[in-house]
Amino acid sequence: MNPATTLETEQPHLADGGGGDSLPRLLASSALDRALTLDEHLAIHGELAPARRRGRETGLIGEIDRAGLRGRGGAGFPTARKLRAVAASRRKPVIVVNATEGEPASQKDATLATTVPHLVLDGAALAARALGADQVLVAVCESAPASIDALAGAIAERGGDRHGPRLELRAIPAGYLTGQESALISHLEGGPGLPRFTPPMPFERGVGGRPTLISNAETYAHIALICRHGADWFRRLGTPAEPGSALVTVGGVLADPGVYEIEWGTPLRALVRAAGGLTAPPRAALLGGYGGSWIGTEHLGELVLSDEALAAHGASLGAGVLFLLDGAACPVAETARVVRWMAEQSAGQCGPCRHGLPALAGEFEWLTRGAGAPDAVRRIAELAAVVRGRGACGHPDGVSGFALSALETFPEEFHDHAAHGGCEGCAAPGRLPLASAR
Amino acid sequence: MSYRLRVNPITCQAHGMCHELLPERIDLDEWGYPMFDSRPLEPDLVEHARRAAQACPTFALLVEREKKLSRA
Repeated sequence: MNPATTLETEQPHLADGGGGDSLPRLLASSALDRALTLDEHLAIHGELAPARRRGRETGLIGEIDRAGLRGRGGAGFPTARKLRAVAASRRKPVIVVNATEGEPASQKDATLATTVPHLVLDGAALAARALGADQVLVAVCESAPASIDALAGAIAERGGDRHGPRLELRAIPAGYLTGQESALISHLEGGPGLPRFTPPMPFERGVGGRPTLISNAETYAHIALICRHGADWFRRLGTPAEPGSALVTVGGVLADPGVYEIEWGTPLRALVRAAGGLTAPPRAALLGGYGGSWIGTEHLGELVLSDEALAAHGASLGAGVLFLLDGAACPVAETARVVRWMAEQSAGQCGPCRHGLPALAGEFEWLTRGAGAPDAVRRIAELAAVVRGRGACGHPDGVSGFALSALETFPEEFHDHAAHGGCEGCAAPGRLPLASAR
Repeated sequence: MSYRLRVNPITCQAHGMCHELLPERIDLDEWGYPMFDSRPLEPDLVEHARRAAQACPTFALLVEREKKLSRA
């Protein structure tokens, strides 16, 4: 993994802990190539205020609400609303930290786990305090041994905290969907680890039937800082609609690919600069991962990285993924490879996904070889529309949106491939990572 | 009071009974799985929809009473 660095400042030493206005906040220890110990973590960020009383501390939820924190797993749901939904139940809830990161193009969960695990655990402990929970399950993918080691070490270091919740590390099988909310809950219960038909939503009935707060690792890390520095501090970075900072995994034609902490509303150009600049002119950007969208090069010069601004291009940062595709690569072939991989990642439970995604992948593959596939583009549009909204989880919707954005972004390439079949770029090695590279 | 159709796509096995019994609202896709929009059912179709749901061999079709959304 590349060392995580940040946009605005180099931090060669332990920093002041992000109490100021500048970046980095989450990655204030970014010069380290190992996890911060508990002592180092507390030296940077300070101790957490002791719990004011037994039971739920609902003031924390108010602060998170004022901060305007949105979940960082991709959906961007307001965290305070999720907390309140869990708090509405009278049963004792469970806290789940989702650090499973099934998205191959994302490394932010791994970066948090292997450099600042205590920030994530602090956030989870605070959420537990806010909700009166005494159990925190930290879910990591079993294909990420470095994350497992770092989190296990951090949990062991906190063993002496008799007032905190019980922290348990759970390794789950690798895969794009194993971290899907309901699939993860199923696995944590000892079930098959497949997506479920919802509702009930996790906040109503989650792990073991108990109300469950399940959020991305980065979301908890932000909670840890909001509860230390306050909502006003959090809002000093970012935009009014999207306050704070965010982790973005950048890849493709960049000198220093890796994980960067940006504030929402950062121009793409600034992030490219921070990542060492371009190594070749990009043909397009993929935003939001493999359920995300392509954006053509003509829009990249002025692109601003906030979901508000990206919505104009039908895109979002999702869980914080940005990949710049080089001009020699074939976007049709890249999309074909990803769609095939996503089809293989289907849990296979729902008919439209089980049949539709392989059919969709097949149409893309017709375009990348042979002598032309005049009907493929029409079929891709048709299949993408048919599978949308028809799974128990959002997997088919993500693939559908990704496929359609390729048609919209690369109309000429699709036209050429439909007429003449595979191009030179189709035979080149793929650019987008498909198996989690850790 | 209004009612809507919903299908549990995990339990649905594409038997197609729902389309037979409620062709006004339920189409089948190319693999035989039901497709319908989420508009409320016309009142005179509610009974037919209930019968279609009861006839589903896997009880995958649901006729749900409209209620306030309580999603978090």
